[in-house]
Amino acid sequence: MEWLMWFTKFENTKPVSLVIFFVLFCGVMVYLYGSRSRGEKLENFKNIPLQDD
Amino acid sequence: MATASVATSGVNVSAVSEQYNYDVIRKFTIMTLVWGAIGMFVGVYIASELAYPFLNFDIPYITFGRLRPVHTGAVIFGFGGSALFATSYYVVQRTCQARLFSDGMASFTFWGWQAIIVCAALGNVLGYSQGREYAEMEWPIDLMIEVVWVTYLIIFVGTLMKRKQPHIYVANWFYLAFILATALLHTFNNLAVPISLFSMKSYSLFSGAQDAMTQWWYGHNAVGFFLTAAFLGMMYYFVPKQAGRPVYSYRLSVLHFWAIIFLYMWAGAHHLHWTAIPDWTSTLAATFSIMLLLPSWGGMINGILTLSGAWDKLRTDPVMRFLIVALSFYGMSTFEGPMMSLKDVNALSHYTDWTIGHVHSGALGWVAMISFGSLYHLAPRLWNTPMYSQKLINVHFWLATIGILLYIVAMWISGIMQGLMWRAFDDFGNLQYSFVESVAAAHPFYVMRALGGAFFLSGMLLMCYNMYKTIRKGSTEQQVEVSPVAA
Repeated sequence: MEWLMWFTKFENTKPVSLVIFFVLFCGVMVYLYGSRSRGEKLENFKNIPLQDD
Repeated sequence: MATASVATSGVNVSAVSEQYNYDVIRKFTIMTLVWGAIGMFVGVYIASELAYPFLNFDIPYITFGRLRPVHTGAVIFGFGGSALFATSYYVVQRTCQARLFSDGMASFTFWGWQAIIVCAALGNVLGYSQGREYAEMEWPIDLMIEVVWVTYLIIFVGTLMKRKQPHIYVANWFYLAFILATALLHTFNNLAVPISLFSMKSYSLFSGAQDAMTQWWYGHNAVGFFLTAAFLGMMYYFVPKQAGRPVYSYRLSVLHFWAIIFLYMWAGAHHLHWTAIPDWTSTLAATFSIMLLLPSWGGMINGILTLSGAWDKLRTDPVMRFLIVALSFYGMSTFEGPMMSLKDVNALSHYTDWTIGHVHSGALGWVAMISFGSLYHLAPRLWNTPMYSQKLINVHFWLATIGILLYIVAMWISGIMQGLMWRAFDDFGNLQYSFVESVAAAHPFYVMRALGGAFFLSGMLLMCYNMYKTIRKGSTEQQVEVSPVAA
């Protein structure tokens, strides 16, 4: 369990969390803007409020 | 005047009533108006107390210290909270094409929430407070909030789960994030041990700098999730509906959502610059606050550009004007906030009236204006009749706008002046001004602030009158043709 101590040091966890969150952010960006067909599908959802009558 | 027929035209209202639970939405809408009027009246009164202290009348129950949390509680949780319950129940049903998960539980959230606001206000007037800003309520009321809030979460998630629409529209994401985050914030900030079962007093689980950081983690995220994310949910539904066109970019709204909910959680410690907290915590909070500018402005631009190609609506539709001006104030406040989170700017602005001005440009300009616009859109659909008077909506808009401007300009001048006076030194290195000199210098601006508040309150009262007349001539039963403009 000694390896868990590695996470208790800010100099380790800060860059790790930076990498994790940056990769996540890139993932969201790629999901949203990486594919034309997925983009069109996503954009279609914006009509939901106008179709609720 | 706009003459386009609104969404409910030709719809069999009784069928809609069966499909959706509008009853609880109507109740929350009415209480939004009631708490708005009460909370803003108390706000104007305490602003007047600061300008004219004799208004305290040596009566402990109405001193500034006791009435201030009554004001914040009534406007944030009474007015804002009721508006959020009303609109979230409306939006989730409409966009999911499903009735609320449980009518009984929805009714419980209504009565429970109103009881909480009344108990909190009475407690504050009687002098009960745990001394945490925006969380002054003592532990028994905290427990009531917990029960009502979990019920709200169950209703919201339950309704999402029985939806007929496969996709969950982005407005619901914002509402759900607000409900989840508020539950988390409320629970952890109020961890305390009561002195005894029959005492209102309790001791916090935290102390010192930790206690301060917990409180401002709560305080800033109350702003971020209760007063921002939730009202963005409102914006993403009501702006497109009122404009009659879809939001400018759905993908931008998704990016806006993830960026906002991730970044807000880290920014709270900027309320504690230059205090006993670790310096890196302060820097981290300032960094995340600056980063928040990007998604905030992305969302604002997304909302405003929804009107792209239909800018004339701003001239002809006062409800649209409320919504778009709200977005403009959202943009202004989310620029000012990050700027004030910079340590050097904060050294000047902290503890001054600038902070009060900043809060109110967000609270009045963004939260209240977007709520007014949404409720003016909602009322004709809930009571199946056009608004009683479009002219009064227009007058309300101008009273509110002038009121906000008077308020924030007064606080900017007063705040920056205070900051400069407190840091001024004479040639011998002594403070140039005594504290009381800065108080005297601020007096004209306190009068101006109270006047601005009075303008805003008059607009609110006008809205109550307009809504009362609308509800009186409306119906929850019959099928009628609805147009936003009175004949």
